[in-house]
Amino acid sequence: MTTQQAPAIQVQGLEKSYKELQVLRGVDFDVARGSIFALLGSNGAGKTTVVKILSTLLKADTGTARVHGFDVATQAADVRESISLTGQFAAVDEILSGRENLVLVARLRHLKNPGKIADDLLARFSLTDAGGRKASTYSGGMRRRLDIAMSLIGDPPVIFLDEPTTGLDPQARIEVWQAIKELARRGTTVLLTTQYLDEAEHLADRIAILHQGRIIVNGTLTELKQLLPPAKVEYVEKQPTLEDVFLTLVGTDGAAQKPHTATNN
Amino acid sequence: MTKHFVGDTATLLGRSLRHIARSPDTIITTAIMPIAMMLMFVYVFGGAINVGGASYVNYMLPGILLITVASGIAYTAFRLFMDMKGGIFERFQSMPIARSSVLWAHVLTSLIANLISLVVVVLVALLMGFRSPAGVSAWLSVAGILILFTLALTWIAVIPGLTATTMEGASAFSYPLIFLPFLSSAFVPTDTMPGPLRAFAEHQPVTSIVNAIRDLFTEQPVGTDIWIALGWCVGILAVAYAFAMNAYRRKIS
Repeated sequence: MTTQQAPAIQVQGLEKSYKELQVLRGVDFDVARGSIFALLGSNGAGKTTVVKILSTLLKADTGTARVHGFDVATQAADVRESISLTGQFAAVDEILSGRENLVLVARLRHLKNPGKIADDLLARFSLTDAGGRKASTYSGGMRRRLDIAMSLIGDPPVIFLDEPTTGLDPQARIEVWQAIKELARRGTTVLLTTQYLDEAEHLADRIAILHQGRIIVNGTLTELKQLLPPAKVEYVEKQPTLEDVFLTLVGTDGAAQKPHTATNN
Repeated sequence: MTKHFVGDTATLLGRSLRHIARSPDTIITTAIMPIAMMLMFVYVFGGAINVGGASYVNYMLPGILLITVASGIAYTAFRLFMDMKGGIFERFQSMPIARSSVLWAHVLTSLIANLISLVVVVLVALLMGFRSPAGVSAWLSVAGILILFTLALTWIAVIPGLTATTMEGASAFSYPLIFLPFLSSAFVPTDTMPGPLRAFAEHQPVTSIVNAIRDLFTEQPVGTDIWIALGWCVGILAVAYAFAMNAYRRKIS
């Protein structure tokens, strides 16, 4: 009962230095079960360090962190049983096919029927046709989808996504966003790091801003907006953004559209 | 987690062997340099080298086999480096697996790949006239020494594989190892070398290993060389293993 109610991730007083460089200076936050939590920060803010500590790849100097009720320092094996990490670079095996990558992870998670698990995930992430091809032939978006699919094997209750859309084109980014929303809908807790403000705004139930090794704000989007003076009402002509234009022309589902030509008459 | 060690190592070994099967050039390029050296030494220099009556290809094959291993382990470092750089190493380490199986799979892959290269080189040597009266037990002893030597060099290769920052750095460590047999009894008898060089050549690991393998191939009594050879292999293996595990522990904590 208590473990069910406790937050999926609890971080208290986390500090970490690399030699002289102090990266984390006391980080505290909780992530509620089944929610999407965005850790927002510029490059070098310490986002990846937090994710590495939570996924047991790095040890904190001081402070405690619990994931799914387990202490990352003393119960690392239990933590690894409960999580999946999708790192900053799509960590897929380039020489293996998409399907082989999925089978590999299913085997390493000691699951039955790795072949069926792989086929189901290929279908869920629209990779069935590409499943037999080497992952090195995939586009950036396909690699990321495969990467996330690999993270879902074994249904871990907590998933870490470290900058999942860095380097993706707008369509691939939307595909990844849909996959992340689908995860939360199924009850998975997602901790997401990003340097894109719109990504946090779009996906996250709560947003924390990590700056110079500390969380400087933590709240829902509405709460964060209230930190600023109330909005002034101004009338502004709504111009389509370049993204709107791009996605309308190209089509969000990737289907070919009729060529458009911009003319003056 | 150790209950999964064997299964996880087997799964990851299967993955690495698939890499090798899909790029067999790593086996070919490993074997091609020693084969080219063998051709050059036997047909170009061999006629001018006096090794006391023995056929030159018989004389130099042990040294060539060690060079094969020394060039083969560069790929071990390379494969490990690519896993580190691509993030898949971290993915594996964040999963509920026996963590050290990631390293052991690379070590076993190195052993298998090098043994295949060694077989290729021996077959070419047979075509070039290599003959040995050695029986099964002598061949098994040779195989045992080569396996031990491969494991020792593989654990050396793990260190740059884990710690290198560039691909060149990950494989450059193997050049001195490839060069070492030239300063030994592998190609010419050491007694023609000038004093200090001769002292070095006679007391470095390659000479004792080459002499032991050569004696086994020619069905000669192996004498103390084999114990010195085994001592070197086990010693290098132990030291390299300690340093590699130290580098590994620093990577995962």
